[in-house]
Amino acid sequence: MDLRRPNRPVIGPKVRQVGFVTPDSAAATSSSSIPAVSAAAATSAGSPPSSLSPVMIPPPRHPSTEMSNPHFHPVGSYNPSEQILGSPPALSPSRSSRFDADGSDFGGDDDESVALSGVGGGMTPKSSLLMRQPVTKTAPLVSETHKRDSNVSKGKGDGPSAAPKEKLTKAERRATQEAQRAAKAAAKEAAAAGGAPSVSKQPKPATKPATQQKKDVPSGSGPLQPLAPSGSIEKKQGKKEVAAPHPRMQFDDMTKVGKLKKRAVVNQSEARNRVELFRHLPQYEHGTQLPDLELKFFQLDLIHPSVYQVGLQFLSDKISGGNARCIAMLLAFKEVIQDYTTPPEKTLTRDLGAKVGSCVSFLIECRPLSVSMGNAIRFLKNRISSLPHNLSDKEAKSRLQSDIDRFINEKIIIASKAIVEHGVSKIRDGDVLLTYGSPSVVESIFAYAHGIKKNFRVVVVDSRPKHEGQGLLRRLVERGIHCTYTHLNAVSYVMHEVTRVFLGASSVLSNGTVYSRVGTACVAMVAHAFRVPVLVCCEAYKFHERVQLDSICSNELGDPDAISKVSGRKNLNYLDGWAQNENIQLLNLKYDATPSDYVSVLVTEQGMLPPTSVPVIIREYGIERLWT
Amino acid sequence: MWWRSASFIRDRQNQNPNPNPNPKPSSLLHSELDDSPSSPTSTSMAALNPNPNPISAYYQTRAEHHAVVTSDWLAQSADAAAGDVAASSGAASGGNKGEGGGVGVIEEFNYWRKKPDLAEAVAAVMALGAVIRSSEATTMNELDIELKKASNNLKSWDTTSISLSAACDLFIRYVTRTSALEYEDFDAAKRRLIERAEKFGEISLKARKTIAMLSQDFISDGCTILVHGYSRVVLEVLKMAASNKKLFHVLCTEGRPDRTGLRFSKELAALGIPVKLLIDSAVAYAMDEVDMVYVGADGVVESGGIINMMGTYQVALVAHSMNKPVYVAAESYKFARLYPLDQKDLEPALRPIEFGVPIPSGVEVETSARDYTPPQYLTLLFTDLGVLTPSVVSDELIQLYV
Repeated sequence: MDLRRPNRPVIGPKVRQVGFVTPDSAAATSSSSIPAVSAAAATSAGSPPSSLSPVMIPPPRHPSTEMSNPHFHPVGSYNPSEQILGSPPALSPSRSSRFDADGSDFGGDDDESVALSGVGGGMTPKSSLLMRQPVTKTAPLVSETHKRDSNVSKGKGDGPSAAPKEKLTKAERRATQEAQRAAKAAAKEAAAAGGAPSVSKQPKPATKPATQQKKDVPSGSGPLQPLAPSGSIEKKQGKKEVAAPHPRMQFDDMTKVGKLKKRAVVNQSEARNRVELFRHLPQYEHGTQLPDLELKFFQLDLIHPSVYQVGLQFLSDKISGGNARCIAMLLAFKEVIQDYTTPPEKTLTRDLGAKVGSCVSFLIECRPLSVSMGNAIRFLKNRISSLPHNLSDKEAKSRLQSDIDRFINEKIIIASKAIVEHGVSKIRDGDVLLTYGSPSVVESIFAYAHGIKKNFRVVVVDSRPKHEGQGLLRRLVERGIHCTYTHLNAVSYVMHEVTRVFLGASSVLSNGTVYSRVGTACVAMVAHAFRVPVLVCCEAYKFHERVQLDSICSNELGDPDAISKVSGRKNLNYLDGWAQNENIQLLNLKYDATPSDYVSVLVTEQGMLPPTSVPVIIREYGIERLWT
Repeated sequence: MWWRSASFIRDRQNQNPNPNPNPKPSSLLHSELDDSPSSPTSTSMAALNPNPNPISAYYQTRAEHHAVVTSDWLAQSADAAAGDVAASSGAASGGNKGEGGGVGVIEEFNYWRKKPDLAEAVAAVMALGAVIRSSEATTMNELDIELKKASNNLKSWDTTSISLSAACDLFIRYVTRTSALEYEDFDAAKRRLIERAEKFGEISLKARKTIAMLSQDFISDGCTILVHGYSRVVLEVLKMAASNKKLFHVLCTEGRPDRTGLRFSKELAALGIPVKLLIDSAVAYAMDEVDMVYVGADGVVESGGIINMMGTYQVALVAHSMNKPVYVAAESYKFARLYPLDQKDLEPALRPIEFGVPIPSGVEVETSARDYTPPQYLTLLFTDLGVLTPSVVSDELIQLYV
């Protein structure tokens, strides 16, 4: 059993590196740090799930994400073939354990699926080697390594993948694994004893470049890509619904990404030179997809025009901000429901749910969902599935539409009014209030406070690249509020005169972490250091039961060009053509996580709460409890 | 929140034939003397004009209850004793047949308030209970309005007392938050409300004993306890610990300006507990030898922090920086829906301060009577709901209010 540990650094090709790592140094460190044993270990297939990605995220529990998870199917449409090729190495342990747990649901498939996914874990890295070849390498090198890789992978891939096709029982499988492990240990001991034996050295060049190149630039849209998932696609022809990418899918897993691309409606080309620590997030080159999507307008009969419109607005950033996006999406869904007719031999509750699901997946492709949207979708699906069956179409539709209206009204509009009332009670005459970005609720708090003749001053802190604060500044100044405008860089300078910090939030997680526009954590930290109370204003429908400790696991990457270019400064062109240079990686994060220590109070429609009370609100007044 | 009350411990103890269920508090000896000498005039004034002076009535009452007994004070109270008895009996009868509105509840409240061992808030709870009982309302709505009116009356009687307004709010919240309101039969509903009101009153009355029992485990033999301010709950805790034959030292701060520490140390000394007095500025000096800090609270706010007599924040800061636990003993009727962000974010409660010498001209005096201690400096809260961490306070409040 103690042998399990030594395997990991070897098979898992990732040597975890923190910070911004250039590919060269990564290659250097990995080649020096990987011992000669690696080859011996790598040759033995069927080893426990390998290539653990740097960040492991457990599969989510809430229903909406499971609905949109491409690998989650109702029992009937369960497709074991997908497990072979599709199961990501990182997910396979939890997945197999899930099968173990409720194996009864899957009946006879149980054993097989476990066996297959176990082997799939060992196999996927090799089959995905091909598509991870960097296109920027010089041609001979590519072809050489390619050839060798393909040889090796073919040689290795055949054996183990063929073997477990015949059904193995769990005990048998365990026995083979034990045997393999023992053999591995023996090989390792031999290696240790014989210094650097030639036996284990021989296959090394084949696997090593592969492990390094995973860290290298992932080829954006190389011709090699279709290779990996080609088999699975054909088997999935029967599937009608457009499957959504998992909201927290790991985008550094090439197999999955490839599969996703095949199904995707929006063809987003991926940006290159991605930052090491954020490989698992999708990053697309901006502006390439719009004309393409417009062309496809008439081909996509599945997507309702209003959803299409909203999706395009998300893509082009015409609609941004948590509440605005959520309302736009809900209104689009309302139209979808309006134009919906139940197809013959189908029930409304089932079919409409699927229909909404496909719309959601389209929206996810345009831009990852925010937590608020996720909660709204969860609510809507809940309502759809809880409709009584004897309802006529017309009644059901009107009921759903009024539900959506009520959600928008009660959870967003009235909620923000209540927040404004609570927030204003904390503004005293002579206060200096600081805000960051352009949170809509905070803006209405300021406006209301000004309306009731409170005497205060506002410091608007802004940051590149979006400069959202300028809009807020303009609107506040138009109202006659005395304002100061500054950039994030100067926040520690202005903080000493500030008496209250008002911040908005994209979502609040159950450990009190505030997930918000990037830079918020910085402002909150400075305020905390200056002992200035930080008020985070957030509607309760944005609360989420997830726990997040950092901003890395789950985040959104923006357009890297936005930070490389400075508008109005033509002579600042040092980063022109950065995409061609492998040594540059640009990171444009959209969100960050503010630890709850920096938050003095959460202002919600339920009153003012300490950040420790978020779980109580979720438990007592969560979306699920709404009108159920 | 109340149904999870830990007062069952007390109930259980009452069932056991305990030889000494309530140790004779020495304060009872003073009870006749404590009956506030000037209250007949002041309360009648208050009834006409709520909150007549800028001085916090809350702290006045407390001073009346706990001030160090001086000779002239004794004389005063002896003079007042005869008239006082008459006044209180009159108030009691007046309260019982009061119309449930304005004057009745205040009188009832004053009757209860004069009991020295009864907190102001419990007096308010009792008074409100009496309002329901004596109400002549015929619909639920009427009764609700009447209750609200009475509670507003009580609250306006002293706007600076956090526990008073918190107890009124909690009472109304607790009593009316029942399915009984949907009953067809008004009388049944009213009976249910009275039942709940009595339960609430009972819990409030028992709260101190419950807290004392819960906190016994935290006092170990040989420990040194620092106490700041005169808190009847803390006194009850220490009293019970002493009666359980625990050996411990108490350090008592002086508690300027009304020298609550002197009174507190006197009571402890009477119980045979070794006690040492410190001046307020010696807290950091003495913190080395202290094992734990016990304080009471005027109010527990939603963040989990407490509002208490001036100096508590300072004591908690010193204790926190020396890694000593700070325990707060507070009844749950002190849980208030307030969320102060900083010290100035409170309703000011002012109190005159005597410096012994005349204050130089042109010098301002900070007369605020209390401060806010943020939750990160508190270790645990002993309440009649159980031993809570500060963050649970808001959970309890959410469950009751939202």
